[in-house]
Amino acid sequence: MAIEDDVLVIGGGLAGATAALAAADAAPDARVRLVTYKQSTLRHASGLIDILGYAPGAPEEGPLVDPFDALEDLPQGHPYERVGSEAVREALAFFDETVGDAYAGDHTDANALVPTHGGTVKPTARYPVAAADGLASDDRDALLVGFETLPDFEAPLAAAHLEAAGAPFSARGVTVPFPGIVRDDAKVTRYAHLLDHDESVATGAGETGAREALATTISERLEGESRVGFPAILGDERADAVRADLADALGVDVFEVPMGPPSLPGMRLEDLLYGALEERGVRVTSGVPVIDFETAEADAVAADGGSGDDRIDRVVVDRNGTEVPHRADQYVLATGGLVGKGVRSERERVFEPIFDCHVPHAEDRYDWFVDDAFGDHPFARFGLAPDRDLRPLDARDDPEFANLRAAGAVLGGYDFAAEKSGAGVSLATGYVAGTRAAEEGE
Amino acid sequence: MSDAEQPTDDHVPGAEEEEFEPVQVFPEAEEMDLRPGADNCYKCSTCDTNCPVAEVDDEFPGPKFQGPEQWRLKRQDDHDVDDSVMKCSNCMRCDSACPSEVPLSQMHNTARGEYVEENMDKLSREYIRNRILANYRRLAPLAAAFPRTANFVMGLSVTKWMGEKVLGITSEREFPEFATETFREWWTKRGGAKVENPDKRIAYFHGCYSNYNTPEVAKALVRVYEHLGYEIMVPDQSCSGTPMFANGMLEDARRAAETNVRELAAALEEGADIVASCSSCSMSLRQEYPELFDFEDTETVAANTWDAVEYLRVHEDLEGELEETSVDGEEFAYHAPCHSRNQGLDGQTIELMELIDGIEAHDVGDSCSGISGTYGWKEENYETSMKIGEEMFEHMDDAPAETGLTECPTCSMQMEHGTGYEIKHTLEVLEAALVGTDDADGRREAG
Repeated sequence: MAIEDDVLVIGGGLAGATAALAAADAAPDARVRLVTYKQSTLRHASGLIDILGYAPGAPEEGPLVDPFDALEDLPQGHPYERVGSEAVREALAFFDETVGDAYAGDHTDANALVPTHGGTVKPTARYPVAAADGLASDDRDALLVGFETLPDFEAPLAAAHLEAAGAPFSARGVTVPFPGIVRDDAKVTRYAHLLDHDESVATGAGETGAREALATTISERLEGESRVGFPAILGDERADAVRADLADALGVDVFEVPMGPPSLPGMRLEDLLYGALEERGVRVTSGVPVIDFETAEADAVAADGGSGDDRIDRVVVDRNGTEVPHRADQYVLATGGLVGKGVRSERERVFEPIFDCHVPHAEDRYDWFVDDAFGDHPFARFGLAPDRDLRPLDARDDPEFANLRAAGAVLGGYDFAAEKSGAGVSLATGYVAGTRAAEEGE
Repeated sequence: MSDAEQPTDDHVPGAEEEEFEPVQVFPEAEEMDLRPGADNCYKCSTCDTNCPVAEVDDEFPGPKFQGPEQWRLKRQDDHDVDDSVMKCSNCMRCDSACPSEVPLSQMHNTARGEYVEENMDKLSREYIRNRILANYRRLAPLAAAFPRTANFVMGLSVTKWMGEKVLGITSEREFPEFATETFREWWTKRGGAKVENPDKRIAYFHGCYSNYNTPEVAKALVRVYEHLGYEIMVPDQSCSGTPMFANGMLEDARRAAETNVRELAAALEEGADIVASCSSCSMSLRQEYPELFDFEDTETVAANTWDAVEYLRVHEDLEGELEETSVDGEEFAYHAPCHSRNQGLDGQTIELMELIDGIEAHDVGDSCSGISGTYGWKEENYETSMKIGEEMFEHMDDAPAETGLTECPTCSMQMEHGTGYEIKHTLEVLEAALVGTDDADGRREAG
């Protein structure tokens, strides 16, 4: 026996969660399971949903106004080119429906410009409502607030950067103590918890709730700005209430500036998506890696050398030492790229560790990179090359397995860091892979 | 092309030739080498956002510090292990949080062991209290011999007052009641296994709690497994070691583990697989033993240990069996223990409950219960423990159920303590669905 499902998604990030949701949506009667080794990497994500911020290979041309315009001109092999721009739109609409009013930006095709914690602006297609009042295209003056115990957001520096970048408003930054936090390296979840639970904190004026204490600290520093930006630590479970309370107390709009990992907006997105998975009855198994697989036609593999008719019969999940078989009809691989460890490298080779799918790369590792640190590195594009059905292809361009699709950063052919396309590719390929897997399984 | 035939700086865990080697930390703890793990940490701090203690306690520096940073710091001779490591609750959530395969809980366990060994006064109240809590099993047989007296004495307010004042054990909690008949006594009295089957055989690791305190859980396992045709062995066993790891009592844990590995390996020889009904026990046998010890057969025992429910899911058509069952309607608020979560078992109970007609189980979310074994029993941790648990209590209150469900004995103590609900174990529900509860085996009079 094995644990049996219809569709098995391997990987719990944005691509995996989207694939599982899409599969459950396309075939409501199908049993869909998501297996993820480590906790979802959404905790590392900014929470912004980029489609395409810069044209591939031409960042000097500046941020793209309309990402959809640019989709038509992408080079062959780019994941967007594989799935087609219509699928990108469908996937984005699917995302909008899933997250509801927690996200903004769906009123336009144009990229929004969201200020980041470094004071740059990022072109993005969808952003959390918490960030909505911070857009750089908005011309209201802004006060940015940083905290002495949170070195990741240097508010005066971020404000200066924003002004230097040509933001159409005046930005000013102040650094203040956070009421109730003493330790220099308090965790972002500690700030969020204090505000979520409005814990009582000691201030000069006695004990008061953390939200009120924070508002009091800021109100003394407001100089007529009509919006105030905080690093994204304003609550977790009750973030909307925290923001609303602060805005009420201050009498101005309050927004969050997305932060680097670990990121509360990423965690909130994780909660939204995993909540949706639960609602749709998708089964989630986390904390355990998939380490191996067996094919249905083991003999056929030997006979024909492994061309596209092989089917994966089952995968093996390593449960702290015990090997637990999981069987499904269709599989989606969404294990991430080099950083997420869905693609790995050694001195001699670059490989995909579960199914050993082909990863195109130069034989000489000195050709994997270029000398310019910020140059166009080949390794940034390492990953699986899929067909238009998102089935990974072997060295001879045949599908590795008939019932395996891949989605997200495990795919190659694009440089998400340079293009700002990571979330969009995960959504689009996750959506297509999940939908096709469910349809084919029926 | 390569400038080195034997790369030395390219540690890729999981790559074929270079398997990660956990290091024997006894008897020379100073020789442990966790450098590959420490080097894999790229300081993303995701572990810190998963730490239930750091979220509510401003004093606690978090798992990243307790693991890789502390490990590096104390490479220098002038740094002792920081005493904050005793505030870690050993929930092990940081392990599955880490995107880079840093063996965080292993580092915490070794650091805690070293701290207790080298920095803690063996005559201090804290040491003595921790030793008593960690070695609960040593006292339990005595209490179990006179359960009614023990329950009476432990329930006295003067006992609790003494416990807190003298030992630092919180007086806020009710001591768990000792059963009037332990599971092993019951097992012996009924004459051991009722089913013989050389092809389907399991060795049951019942652990301390279901032996001394909740034998109904262990009996439920026996009935469910025998119902499905399994021969059950109940080998001699010691404590799994979990409370000892959590208190840095590694020598005690080592002794317990040696017994367990020896006895369980012998059962494997007889064709049995090992199953455990407590998620911390299975975690210990599967993960902590191989990380910390290298007795002969440690790896074999780990590789053949299963969670009791998971084992049936893989070896039987449990889902098929359950689809035909029904029980009188009951609603549960289900909490997945951290040590189930870490084994990828957090969704299992809900998946199975859905199949039983008449049962509704509501998942109360991914928060930690906060008690973490002996952690929440310590006077100085009580408040932190309850703050961590607050989210779970709220979610249990919100769920349309008045009975709790979980697989961890101490989580169930905390659930009961925070909500007043009666708490059951998944196996008890499976027993009710598959076998019925009025079995002639005498469960009712035993309780």
